[in-house]
Amino acid sequence: MTLLRIENVWKRYHDHDVLRGVDLAVRPHEVVCLIGSSGSGKSTLLRCVNLLETVDDGVIYLDDQDITAVRTDADEVRKRIGMVFQAYNLFPHMTVLENICLAPRKVHKVGRSRAEGDARDLLARFGLADKANAYPDRLSGGQQQRVAIIRALATQPRLILLDEVTSALDPALVTDVLGVIRELKEGGMTMILATHEMGFAREIADTVCFLDGGVLLERGTPEEIFTAPREPRTREFLRSVLESRRL
Amino acid sequence: MKGTAGRVKSERQVEREKLRRKRALRSGSIASASTFVFLVLVVLLITNSPGWDRVRETFFSWEAFTEALPDVVAGFWTNIQIFLIAEPLILLIGLLIALVREVKAPVFFPLRALAVVYVDVFRGVPTLLIILLVGFGLPALQLQGVPKDEIALGVIALTLSYSAYVAEVFRAGIGTVHPSQRSAARSLGLSHGQTMRHVVLPQAVRRVVPPLLNDFVSLQKDTALVSTIGVIESLRQAQIYASSKFNYTPYLVAALLFILLTIPMARFTDYLAARSERRRGA
Ligand SMILES: Nc1ncnc2c1ncn2[C@@H]1O[C@H](COP(=O)(O)OP(=O)(O)OP(=O)(O)O)[C@@H](O)[C@H]1O
Ligand SMILES: [Mg+2]
Repeated sequence: MTLLRIENVWKRYHDHDVLRGVDLAVRPHEVVCLIGSSGSGKSTLLRCVNLLETVDDGVIYLDDQDITAVRTDADEVRKRIGMVFQAYNLFPHMTVLENICLAPRKVHKVGRSRAEGDARDLLARFGLADKANAYPDRLSGGQQQRVAIIRALATQPRLILLDEVTSALDPALVTDVLGVIRELKEGGMTMILATHEMGFAREIADTVCFLDGGVLLERGTPEEIFTAPREPRTREFLRSVLESRRL
Repeated sequence: MKGTAGRVKSERQVEREKLRRKRALRSGSIASASTFVFLVLVVLLITNSPGWDRVRETFFSWEAFTEALPDVVAGFWTNIQIFLIAEPLILLIGLLIALVREVKAPVFFPLRALAVVYVDVFRGVPTLLIILLVGFGLPALQLQGVPKDEIALGVIALTLSYSAYVAEVFRAGIGTVHPSQRSAARSLGLSHGQTMRHVVLPQAVRRVVPPLLNDFVSLQKDTALVSTIGVIESLRQAQIYASSKFNYTPYLVAALLFILLTIPMARFTDYLAARSERRRGA
């Protein structure tokens, strides 16, 4: 049983193949971490799943529905997938509460009072109850990202995609955001994360995938990837990450 | 004053503040003195020019001023009416054109092309020419439903011209909204239209308010151009008076009225610009 199945996906920008035949299956409640150097195609893969990009070849199935078919209603697919980006997530002209309620109200046609009630519950659950009426520019970067995650969560998606949600943050703020993701995992949310936080990937992932130049070179449990990588390129990448840590 | 309450200022701080006050006072007096000298020089230059006596008579006659004032003010009311009717129309049509150019669906290709042509044409042709063409050309067509009234024709012409500008202002504003904002909205499941309406436009409109107000100051002045198609507004009234009495003071009256109208708008624009600057800094 798979929730998401990516089969032989190719994506090209201009003359450059950014994804070169990626295969990946994600089970319900599974947490998949995508790792790999900058430019390896992590963001592109997530954007393809969310249909923000059209694939140049291959198929993506969500709940056994081919979402890469020409006739697919992209808006309908995106209702089932939440996505959080690295930065510029929140709408600056809306309060936190309005940000969270926008999609439930306009897309899912939930009534105002119910949407706001649910939003406040979520905010309280993640320790942001007092920020409901604040505008995003009054929040710290970490708080903004937590709100962005809550906003993605508010539509009760089948799957959440997180694209380096901590890489624009101070180390001190990262912890809070990771805490939210940890809690989502405990709640059984299916997630795909692109991340540079190897320690976190190791802790939270069920499966770690190493992308290299648009190829999904190696996948396995965190144990396998971080302690006994098979591919020389994976080893090299992990070594370079370790070295940059030490600096 | 936080923190300074129960604290006695140090000797040095007291000295510093005294010095600062002295400096401020000195800058103030220098500014007033130099302004005064400048004004005196300008007045001397003008009043000592060879033609001054004649100019004073024809442009600054108090008698002509009071005599022409009621008529020119009455005419100015027409300018204001034209402005008040044209402005909302311009905003609406400008926004519609900008939105049409943003719609990417192929069915709307003809509409999109039309919007491009519209902007190219009406932004390219001088406003005065558009007013003449609409004012004299439209009625000549003798189409059913085309107004014969000059004021209505003037409003149509100004709306055609200015909505092309305003459309471009809106489009520029839409362009400044970061693409991630659209991605974020689309990934929440919002459609293109919903994304525009709830996410992109509210941010874009806020950013273009100062340039829009600037265009409106310009529109207020350009209402005088409709005098060319026979609307008796303030400029035309002044002209009538000037040519019958051989005195140009009524032009000065009209100029003063336009300044009185545009100054509040200009200060309001400054205020909004300053406010958004402060917001960004906060
Ligand atoms: N819209 C685009 N147009 C052209 N090239 C693009 C575009 N988006 C991404 N690319 C290219 O695709 C490649 C993969 O980009 P991608 O953003 O997927 O990498 P990434 O693995 O997410 O990197 P990072 O860790 O730095 O976020 C890069 O070489 C990038 O330059
Ligand atoms: Mg990326």
